[in-house]
Amino acid sequence: MRRYSAFAIAREALRHHQGWERAWRSPEPKKRYKVIVIGAGGHGLATAYYLGKNHGIRDIAVLDKGWLGGGNTGRNTTIIRSNYLQDPSAAIYEKARSLYETFSLDLNYNGMFSPRGVLMLAQTHHEVRGYQRTAHANALQGVETEFVGPERVKEIVPIINIEGPRYPVLGGLWQPRGGTARHDAIAWGYARACSGMGMDIIQKCAVTGVRSEGGKVTGVTTTRGDIDCEKLAIVVAGHSGHLADMAGFRLPIESVALQALVSEPIKPCMDCVVMANTVHGYMSQSDKGEMVIGGGADGHNNYTQRGSFLHVEETVRALVETFPMISRLKMLRQWGGIVDMTGDRSPILSKTPLGNCFINCGWGTGGFKAIPGSGWAMAELVAKGEPGPLAAEFGLDRFREGRFIDESVAAGVAH
Amino acid sequence: MLILTCPYCGIRCDETELAPGGEAHLKRFGPGSTDEAFEAYLFERENPMGVHFERWRHAYGCGRWFLAARDTVTLEVFGTYKAQMPEPPEEIVAAIRARRPEWEGRA
Repeated sequence: MRRYSAFAIAREALRHHQGWERAWRSPEPKKRYKVIVIGAGGHGLATAYYLGKNHGIRDIAVLDKGWLGGGNTGRNTTIIRSNYLQDPSAAIYEKARSLYETFSLDLNYNGMFSPRGVLMLAQTHHEVRGYQRTAHANALQGVETEFVGPERVKEIVPIINIEGPRYPVLGGLWQPRGGTARHDAIAWGYARACSGMGMDIIQKCAVTGVRSEGGKVTGVTTTRGDIDCEKLAIVVAGHSGHLADMAGFRLPIESVALQALVSEPIKPCMDCVVMANTVHGYMSQSDKGEMVIGGGADGHNNYTQRGSFLHVEETVRALVETFPMISRLKMLRQWGGIVDMTGDRSPILSKTPLGNCFINCGWGTGGFKAIPGSGWAMAELVAKGEPGPLAAEFGLDRFREGRFIDESVAAGVAH
Repeated sequence: MLILTCPYCGIRCDETELAPGGEAHLKRFGPGSTDEAFEAYLFERENPMGVHFERWRHAYGCGRWFLAARDTVTLEVFGTYKAQMPEPPEEIVAAIRARRPEWEGRA
């Protein structure tokens, strides 16, 4: 794999850009791999990458039923933050955020991480108290956040209306080192690095069955033939329940559609991410100038990758109230992704009833920000067969034991 | 927009009038059951790609709970019925079989 560099651009400029290699190979699947990762989204590719980088396992196939990064990795609003209340969440999301900071250097691929700051508005007294508590928790966890008053909010985001008719802004939780990244580039960067380490990324290869013998997985059946493996990692977000069904166990997960939309592009007007959880909408501005907007997930199970119209209306209503200047913007496009919601709204990184099968799912509405940390922790789990410190609290057994990591209560909304 | 007919008041409601209530026909387990059964009752869900039975409440109408059979992939609605039914009624099952011959029935 040739490195990308300023020199490479100069060299290619002199020969009509004929020398660029494909970023990753598209090989035929082998008959057998040490590890098969199902799902070539951000989490699956990051799992494979850290298996190779941290644990020296490179005989890996990453399978995807569609194209890589075409699921939720390509459908989110690219927000990165780690201002969580509970210690296990703060630890894994902060690990992810810090890995995003060095992503471009580590992978020799421009992930366009932009630490522009994330501001979560407090619009009720309950929220003020909640975020003050989170700021204190973050101080103990080593996550840099600050509770700021309404004047400072207006200073950070001049276009905001802090004296809204229903919910005036009473303050906010400010994480200056949060931000956004280029979502596709994260998937592509990991894919290129994995391919460079000799791993096979096999697209358009849907897994149709999981073969097991005596409580252990022996391989998977796919639309491109049977493939054997020593270990299996299921990293498929919204379709986790479907895969678990093939493997013969059930999950505490329900799949719903979460949607996002972008406006027509306008000149730069907001240089951070703002989340308004009481009225329920969040917004940032992309490098192209589009306002990137997200809101609530559907309340009913579905796999449509569209989402209900009523949530578009609810989200836009909330944001027009918060940012009156966007009221005349036209919507450019809207899309949805299938998110996997757990009972406590925290992810699952866990062993399964099958001894050599591991699952990483349940990231719900907030998976993108976790990609590097999730891959890091999942790789350790797969390589050693036991979770490391980052994944330890996220096991499936927490539901039986009542050890919830209750971010749904902490955040009050989807996160 | 998802449209369901409330089996009590007969009104065709769009989604804004309804509150979703998750999977229907869960078997309750409580004190005296095993931890596994209690955990499964509280958290484990079918979450199928396809035919799904679920609870809804006619929140901005008569306020009552009812059940619906729906396809989670196509959003097709097979019918709604009263919440007191312990199993889906025959006409709902027939409606599903007519449209989904490959459906294996409730697990």
